[in-house]
Amino acid sequence: MDIKLTIDGKEIEVPQGTMLLEACRKAGADIPTFCYDPDLKLAGSCRMCVVQPKGWRNLVASCVTPAQNGMVIETESPDVVEARKVVLELMLARHKLTCHTCEKDGECNLQDYCYRYGVTESRFAGKVHNLFKDDSNPFIERDYDKCVMCTRCVRACEEITGARAINVMDRGHHAHIATAYDGNLEDSPCVFCGQCIMVCPVGALTSKIAAGQGKPAQNDKVLTTCTYCGTGCTLELNVKNDKIVGVTSNRDAEWSPVNRGALCVKGRFGWDFVNSPERLTTPLIKENGEFRPASWDEALDLAAEKIKGIKEKYGPDSLSMFSSARVTNEENYLAQKLMRAAIGSNNVDHCARL
Amino acid sequence: MTNSINELESDAKCVFLIGTNTTENHPVIGYKIRQNVVKNGAKLVVADPRKTELAEMADVYLPFKPGTDVALLNGMMNVIISEGLADREFIESRTEGYEAMAKVVANYPPEAAAEICGVDAADIIKAAHLYAESEASSLCYAMGITQHTTGTDNVKSCCNLALLTGNLGKPGTGVNPLRGQNNVQGACDMGALPVVFTAYQAVTNDEAREKFEKAWGVKLSGVNGLTLTKTINKAHEGEVKGLIVVGENPMVSDPDLHHVEEAFDKLDFLLVQDIFLTETARKADVVLPGVSFAEKDGTFSNTERRVQRVRKAISNIGDARQDWEILCELSTRLGYPMSYNSAEEIFEEIRTLTPSYAGMTYARLEGKGLPWPCPTEDHPGTPILHKEKFNRGLGLFHAIEYLEPAEVPDEEYPIILTTGRSLYHYHTGTMTRKAKGLDAYMSENVVQINTELAKVKNIVSGEVVRVTTRRGSIELKAEVIDGIRENVIFTYFHFAEAAANVLTNADVLDPVAGIPEYKVSAARLEKI
Repeated sequence: MDIKLTIDGKEIEVPQGTMLLEACRKAGADIPTFCYDPDLKLAGSCRMCVVQPKGWRNLVASCVTPAQNGMVIETESPDVVEARKVVLELMLARHKLTCHTCEKDGECNLQDYCYRYGVTESRFAGKVHNLFKDDSNPFIERDYDKCVMCTRCVRACEEITGARAINVMDRGHHAHIATAYDGNLEDSPCVFCGQCIMVCPVGALTSKIAAGQGKPAQNDKVLTTCTYCGTGCTLELNVKNDKIVGVTSNRDAEWSPVNRGALCVKGRFGWDFVNSPERLTTPLIKENGEFRPASWDEALDLAAEKIKGIKEKYGPDSLSMFSSARVTNEENYLAQKLMRAAIGSNNVDHCARL
Repeated sequence: MTNSINELESDAKCVFLIGTNTTENHPVIGYKIRQNVVKNGAKLVVADPRKTELAEMADVYLPFKPGTDVALLNGMMNVIISEGLADREFIESRTEGYEAMAKVVANYPPEAAAEICGVDAADIIKAAHLYAESEASSLCYAMGITQHTTGTDNVKSCCNLALLTGNLGKPGTGVNPLRGQNNVQGACDMGALPVVFTAYQAVTNDEAREKFEKAWGVKLSGVNGLTLTKTINKAHEGEVKGLIVVGENPMVSDPDLHHVEEAFDKLDFLLVQDIFLTETARKADVVLPGVSFAEKDGTFSNTERRVQRVRKAISNIGDARQDWEILCELSTRLGYPMSYNSAEEIFEEIRTLTPSYAGMTYARLEGKGLPWPCPTEDHPGTPILHKEKFNRGLGLFHAIEYLEPAEVPDEEYPIILTTGRSLYHYHTGTMTRKAKGLDAYMSENVVQINTELAKVKNIVSGEVVRVTTRRGSIELKAEVIDGIRENVIFTYFHFAEAAANVLTNADVLDPVAGIPEYKVSAARLEKI
């Protein structure tokens, strides 16, 4: 059963049970949110998504309020704007404003919404806790002086990964995200998947591996398939100046069909081998037990000559090839074609058995 | 996989994991199974000598003795048959060979199976009920099933169980091998195997060979080639003289590394194409620098047969070249010219020779990719296999008797050693050990030892111990844990400096698949 409602003067129909947030977005309204995440349970806690139903006494949090037939909604009324400004001021009151060095600069919800509503400072600024967590793990930076307590990280940890490593500790002004007993992630059930970084709307959770190499908002992103296990997760390689500087993920099932943005520690934090100084950059030929750099022509000619020599002397089946479960289909196809057509043997295998 | 990954998150009402430490080796699949259990109340049965993360939350956990998979599966089938839980209609209409299988399975009442496997008979019975009685049961396995001298038997037994209960061809069911490497499925699909061309077209089949001869314009051999493990043995015997290795590291990944090294030393010529100077590359006469996944275009095929795009993000590093270009250059110099302008052009050739990929184009793969078979350009791909019928028509039951592993504990080597991977590393560590976070987090190998065994041996966590088998010996740190069978020790194979495969057995392989028995070696554990 569809219901009808009016949003910013526009009449729309949505199925019964649709939340106002979704209905508003469907009507083209740009509703700001912090705690809302389409893949996670609703929290209804940040109050950033408030809208004004005509004739109601209070503003309502649109993410947790079901749309009702005949509702007339205003999404940017003066009351709504004023409420959102107060929410932003409250967040700013305990937010370390170091945007210039923040990894999330340029794709931070708090930054964007403060800009949108012209909130430059907070009337509520006062005593602040120093919640920065000098966590010794090599993957995740936890700077809770930037945390807006949206709890998306807590819910992603539980509802996507199922690790349940973090939760809200203490209440009120003292509330903060912590592991059990407020320790380090390494001593918690954390598996360093980084789903918390993926959902964090601000710069409270960032990658230590990518830190300082390029702000994700400014990087080019190339969608590709992970190079590790056989799950086939889609990830985004972040590129700056022709160098891999990070990995992020795309949560759209149309582009990330298997994992929908979720990754593991290897996918999210294990990419920097690409930039290793130990990468081979030139062909090598061994002479007297030592490698020396060689030109491509020299190395390929030598290899071909040796292979041909063995084939002529001992026959094609005295040669064998290990292709690879690491390289592409196209390359595996050519590898077996080379072995079969150019050398004349079916001695081609790869490490499927290992 | 016969079925698709996301069915494990929603459609499967019971998930039976045997020989897969899913949250460490296929983490994202592990998340999905866990969410299915927590959110939808799916039943979970885990059989593994180690108490994995998912075993912790299982309805039934079977900590069975390594190498007793057939006995365990036969025991479950015995319960299913004797208690009338089998899917008679499915057996009648979709299968053959039931009688012979049932006759063998009759010898494995749960008590007898429990005795062999070292678990409680009541748990076998409970597991059988959960698997057989759930509306849709998915069986997932990994190398814990296959890396045995009875690996093929183990896989057939998994198929028997699924056939017996009609858990094939429907959402949330299936026999689902979780494959461990990004493109191991694709490498097989593309015919990087000694007995088949692409799409499993046998090299011994005259018609298939003629098709490839025509396409490639050259006469082809109809003699099956050597598997990787046999190649090493033949090199050792001096019959294989030259070897080309593209992006593999057998000097760490293969069984009995002393034996592998001797074999490599005997080669007249070794060519290695890789992105790093691996342990294997160091043995080479010529090393050619290829590029990583970040530098190339192409496709990978994942464990659910989904062909997905790999997209070039950065230029080649240094003077390195695209791997396909290197192969073309080499082939041309060998007198068989190969020339392509792009990975896509190669894919177009693959399509014409590979029926299961025939309907795929790069344009069609752009978003979600496609699971094969995809025979025509209007075919949507096949997330679930065997819906109406099996490839051979009827599903064939196999009568499988339990056989002991090649090595069983004795006085000299009284403990079972089993090997595998960690969440934090990948295969021989070529990539992950050069990833600073991963290598910082886990920088050395450990051997996991049961608390009781450690007590007897007077070993504590962190001390360096020695593990010895008939092949060799390594020294590494002990990690004392409760979650492993008392007489079993476990170690990782990522670390060249304390390489698990110094210890493993290359002499006895699965007779069909040629896979080594990485999951069972008789070993000795010593305090130093």
